[in-house]
Amino acid sequence: MFGSFIKKSRAKSPWIMHFDCGSCNGCDIEVLACLTPLYDVERFGIINVGNPKHADVLLVTGTVNHRNKKVLKNIYDQMPEPKAVIAIGACGLTGGVFREAYNVVGGVDKVIPVDVYVPGCPAKPEAIIDGVVAGLAKFAQKVEEAG
Amino acid sequence: MKGKVIDVTLDNVVGEVMNMKNDGQRLVSFSTYNAGEGKIGILYHFDKALENTHLRLVADMDKPIPSVSGVYFSALLVENEIRDQWDVKFDGLVLDFNRTLLLDPEVTKVPLANNLKIGPKN
Amino acid sequence: MATTVIPFGPQHPVLPEPVHLTLKVEDEIVKEAIPALGYVHRGLEKLCEIRDFNQMITVCERVCGICSMIHGACYSQSIEELMGIEIPDRAKLLRVIWSELHRMHSHLLWLGLFADAFGFEALFMQFWKIRERIMDINEATAGSRVIVSVNIIGGVRADLSPDQLRWILSELDIVEKEVRELQDTMMNDYTIKTRTVGIGVMTKAQAWELGAAGPTLRGSGVAQDMRQQGYGGYAFLDFEPVVETAGDCWARSTVRFREVLQSADLVRQAISKLPEGELAVKVKGNPPEGEVYHRVEQPRGECMYYIRGNGTKNLDRLRIRTPTFANIPPLLAMLPECELADVPVIVLSIDPCISCTER
Repeated sequence: MFGSFIKKSRAKSPWIMHFDCGSCNGCDIEVLACLTPLYDVERFGIINVGNPKHADVLLVTGTVNHRNKKVLKNIYDQMPEPKAVIAIGACGLTGGVFREAYNVVGGVDKVIPVDVYVPGCPAKPEAIIDGVVAGLAKFAQKVEEAG
Repeated sequence: MKGKVIDVTLDNVVGEVMNMKNDGQRLVSFSTYNAGEGKIGILYHFDKALENTHLRLVADMDKPIPSVSGVYFSALLVENEIRDQWDVKFDGLVLDFNRTLLLDPEVTKVPLANNLKIGPKN
Repeated sequence: MATTVIPFGPQHPVLPEPVHLTLKVEDEIVKEAIPALGYVHRGLEKLCEIRDFNQMITVCERVCGICSMIHGACYSQSIEELMGIEIPDRAKLLRVIWSELHRMHSHLLWLGLFADAFGFEALFMQFWKIRERIMDINEATAGSRVIVSVNIIGGVRADLSPDQLRWILSELDIVEKEVRELQDTMMNDYTIKTRTVGIGVMTKAQAWELGAAGPTLRGSGVAQDMRQQGYGGYAFLDFEPVVETAGDCWARSTVRFREVLQSADLVRQAISKLPEGELAVKVKGNPPEGEVYHRVEQPRGECMYYIRGNGTKNLDRLRIRTPTFANIPPLLAMLPECELADVPVIVLSIDPCISCTER
């Protein structure tokens, strides 16, 4: 009984963590704007946390470079299973406008598996919320599979 | 370029920067450029009451350049950045990150010197 | 006394961006702080070798998303100076309008984050709610909420219709009224004052010597603002820099708070003086050989561009010195002898923008 309760609340109230990889802040502030009164993702039961060990969903913005890819991998490894990753913005998808720069490795999926891609430069809050909702469906499926 | 430009050499750069400090100038930053034939050009930008003064130093890339971080502490970051980008050594740098301020060991080429060409990635 | 080493960052709840500080602590008192950067370094200065000078506007706007418009304007002004182009007065003032709207949204964003740093979440939500009105103006007039891409070499590519100008003015009145409602809380609230007054003090002489920029410099009593140079449309406007003398976190937040109201006033002035005319002049040829040094005032302070042209469509060198880069040495001077619990407040008080710093 207790197990099914946890399972249900996990998918109904996912806790997200935001990590800025190497973004220009455009997508970051849009992610933060999602939490504020106009967009307010808390109405979906989503809470932003600062500790990867509490988080279910990881939002990543920006390009991956040689230094922060270790941090990104570390944070991803610390998150408990099951987990979902949402890459936000053109940079998080492919490297965007910076793809040729010497210190840029590329998109987030070169380092960790990504479930949902949210395009845009910067991605609009509506698109981010849409991406999070799409990510939640995948996350619920993963919770189901994990049993 | 707006402002007065004064040419300096490796020998008198620290002294000239010291004069600037005694004159009450604020160090804005340095700019670097490729001066050709293995030489680096460094411009030291100063500001006082919105008036710009620049010191121009043209030096060999393979010889150490005297650091001015002992005169202006704020030169520390920009000198480390130049070390990252050009692989130029600075003599007497207060805190030397040894080319790890911005770059990681995976980047073996020197970004702004000529041995790195960037192009499309796949 | 034994020294403990506490890492701060790169992933930290109060920091929206990754930066790392190694704090050497004795008891609760910080003795030394050593920064580690490079988590956001992309190397975009090098991109000028493969993108032409028009395409570089897009890259420069993405140096930092929060002050994107002013980066774009600064780059365009530098290239115009290099090529000897005089842009129409209407374009100059339109740039001022978008720049000042950008400054307002950046400062409101910062005031919210600062409130969040000392745990005042309701105030954070309030500031961000007010800010959405400015974001709506950006989206309606330029097509994007954050990256306001209106600059082209030779002018601007978007115009403001009389209807839009009237709407901006009425929205500004609402923003100003709502911001003034929060003034008493931000400046006089007992709890906020205990967290900010006398914390992270930097004297006028220190700030000048360490090369501080923007509100960090003006919070320490130095009346220096690049807009005094009268670059672009600022030559047409009445402008006095906002100065506070205490040099602590309270002074820096008050400078930014007053600048929000000042920017609203500058937008009104610019709209009242907006002449009819062309939006842009035609640009022929490539940037010639030569160098140009240009400084503008961004929300975080003085930003410097150094550009070297070589007669081709690609630039020889683009060097960007951003305000936070200048404000890190003052931060390192402020941190020693502060309490560990005050570190997030002091770090935020310089308004760190790491993506600017590392480019």
